[in-house]
Amino acid sequence: MTTETKNAMIRFENLHQEFTLSGSKFTALDGVNLSIADGEFVTVVGPSGCGKSTMLNAAAGLLDPTSGRVVVDELEVDGPSPRTGVIFQQYALFPWLTVRKNVEFGLKLKKMPAGERRAIADHYLDLVGLTRFAEALPKELSGGMKQRCAIARAYAVNPEILLMDEPFGALDALTRVHMQEQLLETWTKERRTVMFVTHDVDESVFLASRVIAMAARPGRIYQEIMIDLPYPRTESMRLSDEFARLRARVWEAVYHQPDAKGADE
Amino acid sequence: MAPKNPPTAADTSLVPGGGGVSTEAPENSPPRKPRNGGNRKFSRKVMLSINLASVAAGIIGWWLVSAIGIQGLPGPVEVIERGGELMANGTLAEDSGASLARVLTGFALGTLLAIPVGFLMGWYTVARGIIEPYVQFFRTIPPLAIIPLAIVTMGIGEVPKVFVIFLAAFLSCVISTFQGVVGVENTLINAARVLGAKSFTVFIRVVVPASSPFILVGMRIGLGAAWATVVAAELIAAPNGLGFRMQQAQLYYDLPTIFVSLIAIGILGLIMDRLLLMIEARLTRWQERR
Ligand SMILES: Nc1ncnc2c1ncn2[C@@H]1O[C@H](COP(=O)(O)OP(=O)(O)OP(=O)(O)O)[C@@H](O)[C@H]1O
Ligand SMILES: [Mg+2]
Repeated sequence: MTTETKNAMIRFENLHQEFTLSGSKFTALDGVNLSIADGEFVTVVGPSGCGKSTMLNAAAGLLDPTSGRVVVDELEVDGPSPRTGVIFQQYALFPWLTVRKNVEFGLKLKKMPAGERRAIADHYLDLVGLTRFAEALPKELSGGMKQRCAIARAYAVNPEILLMDEPFGALDALTRVHMQEQLLETWTKERRTVMFVTHDVDESVFLASRVIAMAARPGRIYQEIMIDLPYPRTESMRLSDEFARLRARVWEAVYHQPDAKGADE
Repeated sequence: MAPKNPPTAADTSLVPGGGGVSTEAPENSPPRKPRNGGNRKFSRKVMLSINLASVAAGIIGWWLVSAIGIQGLPGPVEVIERGGELMANGTLAEDSGASLARVLTGFALGTLLAIPVGFLMGWYTVARGIIEPYVQFFRTIPPLAIIPLAIVTMGIGEVPKVFVIFLAAFLSCVISTFQGVVGVENTLINAARVLGAKSFTVFIRVVVPASSPFILVGMRIGLGAAWATVVAAELIAAPNGLGFRMQQAQLYYDLPTIFVSLIAIGILGLIMDRLLLMIEARLTRWQERR
């Protein structure tokens, strides 16, 4: 089932992740195998609690897998690396720093001189449309703006891999479409490897060249759907029959799983 | 689940922006929703005039009660006169200075130790296991109850008094620093790690700022506890100080002096609290207020 790619950038090798929940073992991921090629854009969809975030955190080096491993560029992941940028489901902005200082955070850790740092931050703030709010504190931003700030912060350190956990979940439909287009535009220019988790079937089809549908209890990959629409993706593609057909397939894979119980918690 | 807003101080009036006659009305966030009914709609000026009127009424009430002639109760005029005398001959300044010196020494030592210990407890599970039983145990003993022991073991000099104040300040501050560190959201720590921060950097750049509101609230509670303790400690054994002055006055049935001392204690306590509140408001401006 898994597509074997020669130059895999991220490879999940029989990844098992168990958590202890009030004394009892809980299997969040039950043997995940997946290869994501260098420069590929993959989306991951599935019911709530199926382990999407867990999978992403494992790739980010924030978890200690129970068994199996994640390999990035032929090296086993054993901790976070600035090569891998992460955008968390919760925005995770530092509330005591201004928007600009949040974006500069990673650059400062790299000991980059202030002038250079500022130029890069300004570039990405402009990209996500937050230039006017550079000096604002996170508490003064709307949910969508916070998310855009988190995106700018992740982009700023120029990671080769972007792991995005429902980054557009808090955005209104209009901003969401705009951000999707912008993300693809940046991706076309800079070709990072992207693993993008979402709840939204439309979004998963529009962005990816491959959709990974997951199932819950235990968390596992249920189906992979190739999206052979050409890039750049356009608005008219969204309305095409081909898009509708793919969308229906993904929908089927997510909402009509043999033993899916959906989010019953 | 993680407490986003600090602090779980028992006294809600100590929580930033939470009730009380807080002067910390949010400056940079417009009052979008009226919070406590219509009360919030009063402007600062109106509120202040209400406060002043209330205080004036209280003083008039006091004056009336004393004018009726309740046994030995001094009136405001008498107390103000005595205050003037004590100020003129320097006693009031000396006493206040002595009490303040004890409080500030004990408080400074207490918080200086409490902050690193609280961090240690929050960051290292082993340290927590070692320290927590002591902190929890001593917390249940009122600092004043330590005084007899302190006097027996440390003599009647300044040391036992400063020690008791130190203990009072330390215990309140250590708990809230610890809670602050434990409450730091994991996602913030992870966010720093994926941007390349190693554990020391995470500590300095994330844990310290994220827990600072808790530390500051702990300091305010600690200062309150220290101030309450010093006066009581001076009642028991001291050569000077506001508590000592009251103790002396009690021997001579000198109610005006007791009143002057009580008012001085109240005013000084209020000033110290407001100062810390101002510092706190400045340092935690970034916080999301409910
Ligand atoms: N640190 C943890 N400790 C215990 N259980 C955990 C932990 N992290 C995740 N889990 C459990 O693992 C399962 C998968 O969680 P995960 O966050 O990966 O789901 P998800 O697919 O991202 O869901 P959602 O779409 O709601 O974000 C859940 O049942 C969750 O309770
Ligand atoms: Mg998730």
